[in-house]
Amino acid sequence: MAPVPTPALCPASSWFCGKYITDRSHDIELAFQEHVSLTVGGVLIGLVISFGLALLARRARWLESIILGGSTILYTIPSLALLAILVPIVGLSQSRLAVLIGLVIYSLVILVRAFVTGLRGVPADAVEAARGMGFGSTRLLFKVELPLALPTIMAGLRVATVSTVAMTTLGVVVDHGGFGNLLDDAFAKSYRFEALTAAVLCVLLALVADLLLLAIQRLLSPWRRKAVAR
Amino acid sequence: MSIFSKTGNWFSDGANWHGSTGIPTQLGKHLELSGIAVGVAVIIAIPIALWLGHIGRGGALAINISNVGRAIPTYALLVLLFVAMGVFHRQLETLISLVAFALPPLLTNAYVGVREVDPRAKEAARGMGMTGGQVLRRVEVPLAMPLIMDGLRLAVVQVIATTTVAALIGVGGLGRFVVDGFNNNDPGEYTGGAVLVAALAVLFEGLFVLLQRQIDPVRRARRRGRVARRAHVEPQVELVD
Repeated sequence: MAPVPTPALCPASSWFCGKYITDRSHDIELAFQEHVSLTVGGVLIGLVISFGLALLARRARWLESIILGGSTILYTIPSLALLAILVPIVGLSQSRLAVLIGLVIYSLVILVRAFVTGLRGVPADAVEAARGMGFGSTRLLFKVELPLALPTIMAGLRVATVSTVAMTTLGVVVDHGGFGNLLDDAFAKSYRFEALTAAVLCVLLALVADLLLLAIQRLLSPWRRKAVAR
Repeated sequence: MSIFSKTGNWFSDGANWHGSTGIPTQLGKHLELSGIAVGVAVIIAIPIALWLGHIGRGGALAINISNVGRAIPTYALLVLLFVAMGVFHRQLETLISLVAFALPPLLTNAYVGVREVDPRAKEAARGMGMTGGQVLRRVEVPLAMPLIMDGLRLAVVQVIATTTVAALIGVGGLGRFVVDGFNNNDPGEYTGGAVLVAALAVLFEGLFVLLQRQIDPVRRARRRGRVARRAHVEPQVELVD
């Protein structure tokens, strides 16, 4: 990616450069928007697909082996390599889609495992009691199993989200890296403050997302709050 | 031309297999960087983690270091070190990043591995008169081995992936093909490089899975039991007159 031509704002060697924030705020905003939309898209789509895959894996031992085994292999492939394989498949003109698909795949791997482990950890007595009360499979899943599996699922969701925020930066190879684009610009210009800003903003984004999900988890499990309060 | 044929052409092009920018050279550089980084990370992380696990302290650090590590993009650390230390120290910048990202899985897994050793086994060892160090060496470490090896496997795969990313700051290795391929818009090159990197990572993961199966102490003990029973060893009795 060609570095954005800008007039010299401060010496690139200075670690602090207030002018960078004011003069390049538009680039920072664009990077932020791209980063957030890619991360949210990747994790949400991954969440939906992994839920489906987890339900599928529950039906048969061999399905579970294929799904978990296949996802382990995908997870082992370095993300930059996976992206490079996806780009020609979706076409260079759709490079943003390639980045999104890559992010979906990685969050999917983490989330499928979280769903399978979480649902498997639901106590058998709870399931039996619900069935005894006449719960059908769907009601059982949504009213009993998922709420009880929530801590495990949310833990996986937090890991997946934080990982996805970090991984989005690699989209820089096709100019869709969010804060990664700013990092690339900083690399090209040896621009210290830009590198620092991009890195800090990226980590902050991951932190905020993590705390947000923690808050959502607390909101979704009021019974735990009451137990702690006692 | 499909991506398969483009990639196939790149692999069959003899020029790509020779010289300082050829596949064997870059593979060598990749393995060299990765190997040094894993070695250094192991030397730093394992003793610390085993000791912390043995004395039962530093758990918060050991667990949370993985969470922190996950939040920092590898590319961000590489660029930060690059702008801090300059273009003439890229190998060192890369090594520092590689070690930094290899430490968390090693630390966390080794620590948890030792912590989760059955307390009854430790009690039995102490009851037999073992000192703390002997308990660590002869009981805790062998029982923690599966998790320690898991950590090592994660670290190796992480380092192979980060070395690939390091190509973005101009370092050698298989990532070179991916990055240069994108810059030159040569799909054969970047997909070819990607296949090589993916194959390397999956290969090491597979080797580790096999290795872990071989050295798992619980499985070894079971196997020894099976072999002894099968051989049906008769006790050798010496007749003394």
